[in-house]
Amino acid sequence: MSILAVLEQRAGAWHRMSWETLAAAQQLSAELKQPVSAMVMGAEVSALAAELAGKQLERVYAVEHELLKDYTPDAYTAALRQLIAKVNPRLVLFPHTYQVRDFAPKLATALERVMVSDVVSHRVDGDSVVLVRQLFQGKMNVDVRFAGDAPHFASFQAGAYRADKVAAGSAAVEKFTPELAPSEIRTRPLEWFRESQRAVDLTAAEIIVSVGRGIKEAENIPIVQQLADALGAELAASRPICDNGWLPMERQVGSSGQTVAPKLYLAVGISGAIQHLVGMKGAKTIVAINKDPEAPIFEVADYGIVGDLFQVVPALIEEIKKAKG
Amino acid sequence: MKIVVAIKQVPARDSLLRLDQAGGWIQESDLSYEINEPDAYALEEGLQLKEKHGGEVVVLCAGPARAAQTIREALAKGADRAIHIEDENLRALDPLALARLLAAPLKAENPDLILTGLQSDDLGYGQTGVILAEVLGLPHATLIMQVDKQDGGIRVKRELEDGWFQRVDMPLPALLTIQSGINKLRYATLMGIKKAKTKEMKRTTSAELGIAPQSTIRFERVYLPEKTKHTQILEGSPKEAAAKLVEKLKFEARVI
Repeated sequence: MSILAVLEQRAGAWHRMSWETLAAAQQLSAELKQPVSAMVMGAEVSALAAELAGKQLERVYAVEHELLKDYTPDAYTAALRQLIAKVNPRLVLFPHTYQVRDFAPKLATALERVMVSDVVSHRVDGDSVVLVRQLFQGKMNVDVRFAGDAPHFASFQAGAYRADKVAAGSAAVEKFTPELAPSEIRTRPLEWFRESQRAVDLTAAEIIVSVGRGIKEAENIPIVQQLADALGAELAASRPICDNGWLPMERQVGSSGQTVAPKLYLAVGISGAIQHLVGMKGAKTIVAINKDPEAPIFEVADYGIVGDLFQVVPALIEEIKKAKG
Repeated sequence: MKIVVAIKQVPARDSLLRLDQAGGWIQESDLSYEINEPDAYALEEGLQLKEKHGGEVVVLCAGPARAAQTIREALAKGADRAIHIEDENLRALDPLALARLLAAPLKAENPDLILTGLQSDDLGYGQTGVILAEVLGLPHATLIMQVDKQDGGIRVKRELEDGWFQRVDMPLPALLTIQSGINKLRYATLMGIKKAKTKEMKRTTSAELGIAPQSTIRFERVYLPEKTKHTQILEGSPKEAAAKLVEKLKFEARVI
């Protein structure tokens, strides 16, 4: 029995959340006194596996096959299922990436298990693990336990564990070649692409004013634009604003948009769903203006004003103009 | 094309949630409910595909008696008929148990395409669609932003992280989980609301379907999240609060 961390790469580059999952896996390994191994898969992953060999792990599995070159849920599930049958882990841990969301539930189902997804923290209770998840878009938390037999599956939310906590060491690399046939793969993935040239680089902005559903309609956007202008800030938005076409997609902050870490992030009428928080919680100073005192955005804010943005924002613009002379 | 759209009823988005006495769940009695937002986009996509290619849109919903209201709204928007798996205790089920329940009527319906939202706004597993595909033995794709019919199947546009997208070709039948923002949601018309009253809404139960779902994970305790950061709430009138904030940003945080 052991712990297996499933790490993600594309075209030879790590997904940044891989390291967070590795840190979580090492921590659980120490607490449960169980060895931890890591795996990486693709057509050719020797360089990535060699990098993992320098971490505190029992073993590194380099899972290689020509049919793993481009991600498909069928090939990834089949390959990982074979590795799990060989390694027989107690816990299989993933970063909660879009790709993991696409195949890990399928894998767990094939083994008649349920993955506890999007975990934000854990504790070890004797011999068992209690995982903490969010409910209702972050308004509630729940402690979750596994009720059935191992293997157990969990995925970790972006930013829940710190990548810089990964411990160095040395580990043996083992190659594993799964048996895969082209006929098993039912979907055909085409090339990756981006829609626009990204005229707006929010990552370079020092101050960002970001707007959410609280703005109510497109006609009200100028109110926050004026606030951004007064602060010399870039204007950004949470996903629903861009979905509605009130601001272009390239101004979206969050898991499907840009990840930013400005000096000042002013969230106006944003409740703070996790998909948004992962894109901005690295900001140095966070201000939230929201009418709901229970909004999750206040969990990460340094300063908060509970109130009607249509009254607060004009007052704020006036005060900023005064302060700037 | 025969399309089934799986939808869920969840507490309205701006609900103030309170814990129940036992700390096992939230107080449900005084809440209002609505369709899970990503499922609303899945329904709209189903309706648009039907308008383009012909066929039928069937709404499938597992939920307590109150979910009938949300199902009626889906029928009013244009779905042809609905199946309601009525059960007051579904929230005790994990997503695999729920998917097995949803799979039972789907096997009989045998649709070309199954659509559902990418995740629910209440439990937020983001897994039910993918699990359902596996239970039914169907190919799937998640986070879909466009669906085009082509010879021998469909071509979909998947959303990836950091502004990337990818097109994927896949055969039918298949299951897609739909991302919010894929289309523009319609409102029900008066005519639609009137018509909905005459549309078929088949009610069934897990007992009738012959399924006794078992969960492999269990909720131990539900609670309010602890604040990890100390937030200074600035009180007073909008003007006073704004003045305090500017003062703090200038002299304490030194960011303006």
